Amino acid sequence: MIVGDPLKKVLHIDLSIKRFWVEERNDLFEKFIGGVGVASQLLSEECGKKTDPLGPENPIIFAVGPLTGSFPLASKTVSMFKSPLTGNLGESHAGGRSAIAIRMAGYGAIVIKGQSSEPVYIAVHENRVYFKNASVLWGMGNSYSVGRILRERESGAGLRTIMKIGRAGEELISYASVITETYRHFGRLGLGAVFGSKKLKAIVISGNNSLKVNNVKQYRKTYDEIYNSVVNSPAMNKYHELGTPMNVNVLNSIEALPTRNLKEAKFEYADNISGEAFLEKYLGRRIACAHCPVSCIHLAALRESYDSDPYFFKTTMISYDYEPIFSLGSMLGIPNPDELLRLLEEIEILGFDAMSAGVVLAWATESQEAGLISEKDTFGIRFKWGDYRSYIKALRLVIKCENEFYEALGRGVEHTSTVYGGDDFALAFGGNEMPGYHTGPAVYIGFLTGARHSHLDNAGYSLDQKVISSNEKLTPDETANKLLSEEIWRQILSSLVVCFFARGIYTPEIVTKALEIMGYNLTYDDSLNIGREILKIKNNFKKENGFNENNLRIPKRIFETKAPTGKFTEEYIRQGVSAYFKLLNSD
Amino acid sequence: MCDFLVNGKMVVVDVNLCVGCQSCMFACTRRFGNAGLGKSAIHIGSAGGIERGFVVIICRGCPDPPCMKVCPSNALRKRDGGGVILDVGKCIGCKNCLRECTIGAIFWDEEMNKPVICVHCGICADYCPYGVLKLEKKGDD
Repeated sequence: MIVGDPLKKVLHIDLSIKRFWVEERNDLFEKFIGGVGVASQLLSEECGKKTDPLGPENPIIFAVGPLTGSFPLASKTVSMFKSPLTGNLGESHAGGRSAIAIRMAGYGAIVIKGQSSEPVYIAVHENRVYFKNASVLWGMGNSYSVGRILRERESGAGLRTIMKIGRAGEELISYASVITETYRHFGRLGLGAVFGSKKLKAIVISGNNSLKVNNVKQYRKTYDEIYNSVVNSPAMNKYHELGTPMNVNVLNSIEALPTRNLKEAKFEYADNISGEAFLEKYLGRRIACAHCPVSCIHLAALRESYDSDPYFFKTTMISYDYEPIFSLGSMLGIPNPDELLRLLEEIEILGFDAMSAGVVLAWATESQEAGLISEKDTFGIRFKWGDYRSYIKALRLVIKCENEFYEALGRGVEHTSTVYGGDDFALAFGGNEMPGYHTGPAVYIGFLTGARHSHLDNAGYSLDQKVISSNEKLTPDETANKLLSEEIWRQILSSLVVCFFARGIYTPEIVTKALEIMGYNLTYDDSLNIGREILKIKNNFKKENGFNENNLRIPKRIFETKAPTGKFTEEYIRQGVSAYFKLLNSD
Repeated sequence: MCDFLVNGKMVVVDVNLCVGCQSCMFACTRRFGNAGLGKSAIHIGSAGGIERGFVVIICRGCPDPPCMKVCPSNALRKRDGGGVILDVGKCIGCKNCLRECTIGAIFWDEEMNKPVICVHCGICADYCPYGVLKLEKKGDD
């Protein structure tokens, strides 16, 4: 690390006593670089094994890395915490302006502990930290309004992040999200509920620092090398043009798009909700994360009239991505993009994780079909595939939490299925609802061994894809081996906080060069050793908190619905999982 | 270099093309050999919520610059082609110029306690992948 780089500063905030202090942790950032490496170590220091995920001792940790603010696409913030959804390791990443704001405010990491007695929001403007009353914001029905109020109330426009929770977080729904910059999310694993448990409504962080680099000439050269490969890359161009929903048609065509709670893997209306359809009929604006020229964030313009006055219109901008299209579209059998967007908008207003919410509602629909839950449980709702209105109603009822059924639903499908049954089709892995990839065994081994969110957890999807296109089979051990080596490298990328979309650009060679400019001398092998160590720290945390690879529940549904790699067995998956952990712990 | 310093002037081609990546701001700070944002003479912020797009704040290169008129130490002089040139040695850091600019296009370098003033070099346009900015030269249509 360069002498004087503020990266080493860890801002500690205690909400119980409304105090803050800064610790200089050269050791941490020298050893673990930043991002997930530093956050994992901080989590193991700050969060004991008996910590209640919704108690004051559970830390909220944010970390960024040395390339943040110095090189493009290193703009992710890693958050770590104990997850109220799984009761275990929580890791969620988000972009927007969060990482740049934290770095430019002069910090490498932020640790928030304690519990406020009344609703608060925190404003961090460089070295000033303010605790501000949020009683008026608490309970506000629409999370968009909270964002607007904070935008007007706080300084630092263009140089700040505004992270906030909605009603779901306040009500401690286990899969409540934290929304940043209105359109990005720390979506997965319930960070929103951890905010809610601390009575923390929002955090505003702003800063306008500059950073020193080693060798200015080389810095500009390496910067240009990365920048040019990003702006000239066809893959990046696809993220810009179609965005992540480019995958809807791709996955549907190979029959890997989970549909109606994965009773099927092909959605007959996929064309309607594809990236191409949204591009043609809905795309209203593209935006970018700070310091990323790609601009993969796609906002749909939804024009709606009011039932009471058909000539009165509103136009709403809603950010859409592949995962919410899967979880709220094909998974719930919603064929109409207008209706899908309305449901997605409600999720944003209330502050749920769109992925978990969709999978939970899909389970509820199938459970009602199977007679496991009654209309008495649902307060009269008759769930029907494609009926978005009933889904919106149900989400509002989850927030109100007025009976046992909705209380259970607010804790995810893993829990709900233990109460009502239907665990064969309760599509959670390690307690976390599945992402939209039914490609084959490798993704599922990835979900079960991983800690992070979404398919980006691991290389499972691309391994399955290779098997599909080459017809070559992998043994469980080979799959585990490949997953692990990719996962080790991804620990480094997420310690640098490089967006995984840019993993083809941040090659080991480029990473070494960029790190050298920021004062790190690490060979590729050094990086791999650090990556492995980070994984081990995370794995230890998981074990201490009750994770047992032999007790993982695997819903039978994934073996029943044919995947493009062909059908696979539970035995294959279990062998892969155990091989993975054996390899990880082997040295 | 001298040629466009004399002739060139930054213009915003179409603000609606801006995606808010701020690559221009980072490029401007890199002119000084720094990473980060602290020395940028251009600013991108949302136009009241990201869904409404962005505002680009950059020196318009006034032919009769108000910032220059309020400088008590004659640190700002007229630049050929519009705008001002800062003589850092004369600047006392009073921030009069910052307050005077109607569009807020003078920024502050906290580290040096001096204004950051656009020199219309065009590096921001070079790093704008969407053609929002342009260094307009004499004879351009």
